[in-house]
Amino acid sequence: MAEHIISLQGVTKEFDTKGGKVVALKDINLDIEKGDSYGIIGLSGAGKSTLVRTINLLEQPTEGKVLFDGNLLTGLGSKELNLSRRKISMIFQQFNLLMQRDALGNILFPLEIAGVPKAEAPEKAKELLKVVDLEDRAHSYPSQLSGGQKQRVAIARALASDPEVILCDEATSALDPKTTRSILGLLHKINEERGITLVVITHEMEVIKQLCNKVAVIENGEIVERGEVQEIFKKPKTKAARKLFFPDGDYREKPLTKTSTKNRVRLVFDEATAGEPIIANMIMELGAPVNFLYANLDVLGESQKGQMVLCLAADKETADKQKEYLKAKNVEFIEIDEDDEYGEEVKA
Amino acid sequence: MDTHTLLQLLGEGTVQTLIMTLVGTLVSYLIGLPVGVSLIVTGPNGIKPVGWYNKIMGFIVNVIRSMPFLILMIAFMPYIRKIIGTGIGTWATTAALILAAWPFVARMVEQSLLEVDPGVVEAAQAMGASNMQIIRKVLLLEARPSLLNGAAVATITILGYSAMAGTLGGGGLGDIAIRYGHYRFQPTIMWITILVLVVLVQIMQEIGVKLAAKMDNRLN
Repeated sequence: MAEHIISLQGVTKEFDTKGGKVVALKDINLDIEKGDSYGIIGLSGAGKSTLVRTINLLEQPTEGKVLFDGNLLTGLGSKELNLSRRKISMIFQQFNLLMQRDALGNILFPLEIAGVPKAEAPEKAKELLKVVDLEDRAHSYPSQLSGGQKQRVAIARALASDPEVILCDEATSALDPKTTRSILGLLHKINEERGITLVVITHEMEVIKQLCNKVAVIENGEIVERGEVQEIFKKPKTKAARKLFFPDGDYREKPLTKTSTKNRVRLVFDEATAGEPIIANMIMELGAPVNFLYANLDVLGESQKGQMVLCLAADKETADKQKEYLKAKNVEFIEIDEDDEYGEEVKA
Repeated sequence: MDTHTLLQLLGEGTVQTLIMTLVGTLVSYLIGLPVGVSLIVTGPNGIKPVGWYNKIMGFIVNVIRSMPFLILMIAFMPYIRKIIGTGIGTWATTAALILAAWPFVARMVEQSLLEVDPGVVEAAQAMGASNMQIIRKVLLLEARPSLLNGAAVATITILGYSAMAGTLGGGGLGDIAIRYGHYRFQPTIMWITILVLVVLVQIMQEIGVKLAAKMDNRLN
C-alpha cells in the first residue's frame, strides 16, 4: 500500500455566521500519497481554501480527523502541533512575507522559529536563495521585489524547514501568465527533485495541467470527482469537472446560439490516437460532414492531449454511425447534451 | 525679573517638564504596550481569543480614557498623596500622568498592531511559530514604524497633560505659565513658555517621524 502523507477522514467544517450555520466542508475524505502533486480545484467559494487550511489546522475541523504521515494532528496540543507544522510548509496568493525583513531575513524566519543555531542558519538561507534564483536579491526588501520574486522568496522560506509537504494556496493567482509558468516550473522541480509532496489549491485548470498528477474537484464543500489528471481530462464525469476542464473563453462564457447544439461530442486525443487523421477519414468514409466548434492542444505535465468539440451530423442515424466510427478508432469522447453547455452527468 | 533669573526659571521648568513627559511616557508604555498587545492577541480575530479578558480590559481602558485628564488628576490626588507622600510637584504629576496615559498608549499600540497584515500572522502560524514568537517577531516588528509614530503622538499628548497639570501645582513649564504668566500678569513669560513648549513638541514630532521612516523597510 502506498504511503499516505496526508489523510483527511470525514472532515466537516461549519462556520457560525449571523445568518446561521454555514457548512464549508462536508464529510471530506482525501488521501494524498507521498510525492504526489495533488491539485484541488474549484470555483471561488467552493471551500478549497478552507480545505487546505484544515490540513495544517489553521482551521480546526468541526468533525473528522486529519492525519499527517500516519499521526493524528487533530487533538494535538499546541506545542506538538507547532512541531508538525514545521514539516508542512505553506505558500500563499499574497506571498505573506514580512515587510520589515529582507529576502534573507524572511528565509531565516522559519529557521529562527525552529531554533536552528545562528551559525548555520544564514548559510542555509543563502543556499535556498540560490535554489530560487535570487542570490543577488538577498538584501532586497519585499517592497523592492516583483510579485514573482516575492513568491520565490516565499518558496525558499517554505523550503527552509525541510518540509515533507508544501501547501500552495492559489500561489500563482496574483501573477501574470509568464511569471505563473516560471513559478509552476520551480514548484514542479521541487516536487520532482526533492520528492516534496505538493497540495495545490487553484481555480485555474492550467495550474493543474502543468503541475499536478492527481486532482480533486470540489464543489459546495464536497469532493465531487477525483483521480489521475490524465483520466479526468479524458472523461470528466461530473458537471463541475467539465466546467473546469472544458475549453475556456467564449465556449464556456456564452452558450452557443449560432451553431446547432445537436449531437455535440467532446473528443480527447492522446499519443495513441493523435497520429492518424481520424476525423478527416471519418468524414470521407461516411460521406457526412461535421462542424468543428473548438480544438486545442493541451499539455498535461509531460504529455500532450488534443481536445476537440465537434457537432456531428444532424440526423440521428448518421450521428450514431459517426459515434460508432469514433469508438472503433478508440477515440475517447463524451456526448454533450443539447440544452446543456457542459454535457450530461455520467453515472459512475 | 532679570534675564538670569528668568532663564534659570525656564531651565528648571523645561527640565521638570521633560522629566515628567519622558518618565511618564516610558512608564505608560511599560504598562500600555503589553495591554495593547494583549487586546490584539485576545481579540475576536486574535491569535488567542479570550473573550472575557478582552471585554473587561477594553472596558477599563475606555473608562479611564473617557475621563478628562484634569478631572482624573484631581480625583486621584488623595490616593497619590497617600502613596508617594505628596500631591504636588514633579513626581506626583508624573504618577497622575501615568494613570491617565497608559490606556491611551494601549489604544495607540492596538491601532498600530491592527495594521499588521493578518496573512503574515497566518504564515507564521503555518510555520509552527508559538504565540510568543508571533508577538515578538511578527506583530511588534512589522508594526514598528507605526508604533514609533504612535510613540511620538503619545509623548506629545503626555507633554500636553503635564502642562495642564501645572494649573494644579504640578511643576514644569505649565506651572510657570500659570504662576507668572497668568496670576502675575506677565504675558511675556506666558509667551516664552508657550514658545518653549512649541519647540519641544516640534523636536519630539521630528524625532518620531524621522525614526519611524528610518526604521520602515517598506519605503526604501
